[in-house]
Amino acid sequence: MRKYIILGVLLTVLLGLTIWMTSLESVGIFRMFPPKQVLTATIRHLQLVGAAEAMAIALGIAIGFISTRKSFRFISPLFIGIANVGQTVPTLAFIGIAGAVLGMGYKAAVIALFVYATLPIIRNTYAGIRSVDPAVIEAARGMGMSKLQVTAKVELRLAFPVILAGIRTSTVVNVGTAAIAGMIGAGGLGQLIVTGIAVRVTQLILQGAAPTAALAVILDALIGGVESWVTPRGLKILKAAQW
Amino acid sequence: MIKLKHVTKIYPDGTEAVKDLSLEINKGEFCIFLGPSGCGKTTSMKMINRLIPLTSGKIYIDDVDIMKLNPNELRRGIGYAIQNIGLFPHLTVEENIATVPMLKKWPKAKQHDRAAELLELVGMEPATFLDRYPSELSGGQQQRVGVARCLGADPPILLMDEPFGAIDPITRNKLQEEFLKIQSKIKKTIAFVTHDINEAIKMGDKIALLREGELVQYSDPATLLNSPKDEFVRNFVGADRVLKSLRLYRAKDIMKDPPLKVKEGDNVAKVKQHMEKEMLKWAMLVDEKNRFLGWITHEDLMSGKPLREVMVPPAITTAPETPLNEALSMMFNSAIGNLAVVDDYGKLLGVLTFEIIRTILAQSESKNKNKSGGQVR
Repeated sequence: MRKYIILGVLLTVLLGLTIWMTSLESVGIFRMFPPKQVLTATIRHLQLVGAAEAMAIALGIAIGFISTRKSFRFISPLFIGIANVGQTVPTLAFIGIAGAVLGMGYKAAVIALFVYATLPIIRNTYAGIRSVDPAVIEAARGMGMSKLQVTAKVELRLAFPVILAGIRTSTVVNVGTAAIAGMIGAGGLGQLIVTGIAVRVTQLILQGAAPTAALAVILDALIGGVESWVTPRGLKILKAAQW
Repeated sequence: MIKLKHVTKIYPDGTEAVKDLSLEINKGEFCIFLGPSGCGKTTSMKMINRLIPLTSGKIYIDDVDIMKLNPNELRRGIGYAIQNIGLFPHLTVEENIATVPMLKKWPKAKQHDRAAELLELVGMEPATFLDRYPSELSGGQQQRVGVARCLGADPPILLMDEPFGAIDPITRNKLQEEFLKIQSKIKKTIAFVTHDINEAIKMGDKIALLREGELVQYSDPATLLNSPKDEFVRNFVGADRVLKSLRLYRAKDIMKDPPLKVKEGDNVAKVKQHMEKEMLKWAMLVDEKNRFLGWITHEDLMSGKPLREVMVPPAITTAPETPLNEALSMMFNSAIGNLAVVDDYGKLLGVLTFEIIRTILAQSESKNKNKSGGQVR
């Protein structure tokens, strides 16, 4: 319950700030972005995040899953190593490098975001599947489940909450990284912030920053809700017992 | 019936886990694969349901070569229980038990009924436990569910890999007893892996003792204890093998009628006279309903007091099902050194003495020396 109150207050503040800044219309000689432009920037931001995240989920789960297979064990340290080390690169540096290598624009930004968003999903998929008790898998095989059944009904089912947690982290980080991608001409709310920084008008910066933060908070809460909805009851009890 | 013929397993790294193993497990027989760790007992068992592929040799189940069957179909026809249980944490007890019925696509109602029936069989209340999750159960309860699950689709064969290995000794003992009772009803063909000689003796009809992948001795528990084939077997069964063989008997199997049974109202002088004539040092006192009251010794009768007053009440009595090793240790606590065997109502069934136990041990020893030792239990 307390969680929802905090969430509500936070969103009210962030959205209120956005509306307030937009309603200023102009600060000194600078005109604020009109409401329509804030809206299109927000939609563009969501497009960036959505496109990159969708690809990241597909590739991240695939690589994470393959890394757990016996026949690919030899290559899994490479994937997992990249996933771990890659995440230590600061987002700002990552976008800088991506801009230098891939050039400017929306497409380059999507590719950069996609690569960066894949990393936590790879890591969580791998960790989630590896954390399934080997005894459970042995029992499943011993009782005559086919390999496909073991994968679908046991391994992925039990790893699903962990994978989803990876997607959640990845998405939230992605919203922030997409804002930075404004620097390489990706559009979106980042552009508002970059503009604000360039002319040193706090109100302009806030006009882009507040909705970005709100987006991250909303997406985090949404995926968190899905996470608790798909976590099997038996696992929730297990978690509670461990605490 | 399970038949292993010249079965060999060599792992890719060159380890010979099982070497030319041949043995037969008859229908309804409880066969133990026993040996120290790394002896190949688990590997041998897992080759029966093809969880581990054979390198060479053949395994037949009811004269069908298992390599000719679909491995998943084969496994669905064989119950499987392991030490770490491996219950599905995301499924309820009911769904866990009905795993194989679900794989065999039984109707939902039948799956439910079967799960309830099996839970009852392993001594858990279906109404309470069917909807619980494994994490809500104690270790012992989880193991019971593991046993119920391996019986899911009523397979004729069970493979069990130290199923009672990870639980505390008291619960383990209880589960062993219960499982023996269940087995006496369901009569499955069982391959059971353990490294615990006591468990092997207690549970098995036959024991296959393995060492470094080779079958050293394959016999019933009494033969294993009384005539170990070589030094390794002798060491493995332990220096107390004679005491261990006591486990093979139950009190009711060897108890004798009391040498003299007297009733409360009997004439003291007559009893005394009788005991002197028969040279008896003690007698057993019962009431009208044949319920055991206590011991009467010859010395105590000297006072001439009524029997009820001179009798020594029993410190401990035992049930007819008690294994002899336990009975023997109780006898050390008994004032007279003898142990009364009574039923649930306290009625006197018989008596155990040190002398009787010694005779039995001497008999089984000589029987096995004559190579005629059969199954005792």
